[in-house]
Amino acid sequence: MYTEEQNHCPHKSRRGFLKKSTAIAALVTASPVLLKAAENEEKIASYFEKIPLQLEINGVAQNLSVEPRVTLLDLLREQLGLTGTKKGCDHGQCGACMVHVDGKRINSCLSLAVMNQGKKITTIEGLAKGDDLHPMQEAFMKHDGFQCGYCTPGQIMSAIGCIREGHANTPEEIREYMSGNICRCGAYPNIIDAIMEVKKGGQAV
Amino acid sequence: MINFEYTRATTAKAATDARIKNRSSQFIAGGTNLVDLMKKGITTPDRLIDINALPLKDISSDAKGLSIGALVLNSAAAEHELVKTKYPLLAMALNAGASASLRNMATVGGNIMQRTRCPYFYDTTMPCNKRKPGSGCGAMEGYNRMHAIFGASSKCIAVHPSDMCVALAALNATVNVSGPNGERKIPFADFHRLPGDTPELDNNLQTGELIMSVNVPVNSFNRSYYLKVRDRLSYAFALVSIAVALEVKDGVIKSASLAMGGVAHKPWRLTEVEKFLVGKNISQETFAEAATLALAGAKTYEHNQFKIKLGKAAIIEALTKATA
Repeated sequence: MYTEEQNHCPHKSRRGFLKKSTAIAALVTASPVLLKAAENEEKIASYFEKIPLQLEINGVAQNLSVEPRVTLLDLLREQLGLTGTKKGCDHGQCGACMVHVDGKRINSCLSLAVMNQGKKITTIEGLAKGDDLHPMQEAFMKHDGFQCGYCTPGQIMSAIGCIREGHANTPEEIREYMSGNICRCGAYPNIIDAIMEVKKGGQAV
Repeated sequence: MINFEYTRATTAKAATDARIKNRSSQFIAGGTNLVDLMKKGITTPDRLIDINALPLKDISSDAKGLSIGALVLNSAAAEHELVKTKYPLLAMALNAGASASLRNMATVGGNIMQRTRCPYFYDTTMPCNKRKPGSGCGAMEGYNRMHAIFGASSKCIAVHPSDMCVALAALNATVNVSGPNGERKIPFADFHRLPGDTPELDNNLQTGELIMSVNVPVNSFNRSYYLKVRDRLSYAFALVSIAVALEVKDGVIKSASLAMGGVAHKPWRLTEVEKFLVGKNISQETFAEAATLALAGAKTYEHNQFKIKLGKAAIIEALTKATA
C-alpha cells in the first residue's frame, strides 16, 4: 500500500484525492457524459473527454478521470506517480509493465485504463507490508535476480503470477511460463532460483 | 495513440448496432492486438465498443462437443479441465501462443480476429496491401523469411499468426457469430480467407458481425500433438507449426486431421495428407511420405525456402510424438 509520504504528487495524496473525487462526482452529475446512444450501449466518452474511473490500487480506492486512450501503465506512472511499474517496449513484448489485475498478471501497456473499471490493481509498490518485503522480493535480492533492475518489478509481479497459476514446478516450466519477461542483463538463472525458492518455501504469494 | 470515442455494450445486439452505425468503430475485448495496432497507427478506429460485459465467458460441453464463449481468456481455455482432457490438442496450441500474461488478457474471439505480424504490415512507412490497399507488398521482394508458402497471392504473402486457430482448424471447429441479419455458424475452414486481390480482408465476417462462441465437435481422435517451431523456445511466432489429430487403433491410422500454421494467410488444412494417412500403419516411412505430400504444393520466396525442409521435419516429428 503506498502512502502520502511515498507519493510526492500532492494532488494524489489521500487528502487531495478526496477533494478531487468530490469535484469529479459533482462534474459527472452535472454533465451529460453518460448519453444513451443506443439501447444497452452507453456512449461513455468522446474523443478528448475524460471519463470517471473507479479502481482499487494497492488496496486504496481511487476515483479517477482518464481519457479513453490512456493505458493502465500510463495511468499508473503518469497520473498516479507509481513509477515502479516500468515502460519497456510499450507493446507487450518485454513484460516490464506487469501488474496484477484482480490477482492475475497482465501487461498493463496493452490494457486501456477505462477497461479496468471496478478492478483491483496491484503494482510492485503494493507488495511489501510496511518494511516487510514480499517473499519474492526477498528471494530476488538473495539470489541476485537482477543486474540493472529495470525489468525487476515486472519479473517479480510475473513470478508471483507464475506460482499462483501453478506453473513454477520445475526450472523448465518456469522458463516457459516466464518467457514474457525479458531481462537483457541475462539474470535468468538467478531469477529461476529465486522463484524456485519461493515455490519450495510454500508461502502464500 | 490517436484518440477515439469509447463505449460499452451490454448486449450483442447493442454491440452490432453500434458497429454498424459507425463504420470506423471496432469491438475491443482483451485488446492485446488492437491496442498495439492503434499505438502504431495501423488501425485508427473512431470509436471502440468495449464488449467485455457481454455474457460470453463460459465453457461447456454436451453430447455434440465443446462450446467456448468468445470472451473466455486464452489462459482460462488452456487450463480448463474439459479442454485439457478431451481436447488436449487445443490446450497445447493455446499454451504455445504468446506469453502467460498475454494469455491472461487475450480472448478466444480476439485470438481468431488477430491480424498478421508481417513486419511490412506493422511498418507504416512500408507498402502493404493489407494495411493500405493498392500500396503494394513490401514483403514480396523484401525480407520474407516469415512469410507464406501456401495460398499467397501477388498482392499479399502474409501469414496468420495464431496457434489456437491451427488446432481449431484441425478439430473442425465452428465459429458462431451474431450480426445484423441474426446468427450464423461458420465452419472454421471458411472463417479466414486467402488474400487474393483483397488482402485487407482477413476473414469472411460481415460488418457488424460479432463472434459469440466457438464449437469444437466431439471427435474420435486418440492421439494428438501440436508442434511449434520458432526462433526461440518460447514467446515467438511460428516459423511453421503443425497440429496433428489421429485416431489410431492397433497401429493403424483410422482417421487423421492435420493443419499447419505459419505457412498461409489462414490455418492450412492438409486434406490430401489426411486421405493418404487413413488406413496406413504407423511408421517413419509413412510419416516421411506424408510430409513430402504435405509440402508438395509449396511456393517459396527468397528468404523462406527453409520452410519446406523445416515443415517436413516438423510434420514427421509431430506425427512421431503424437503416436509415441
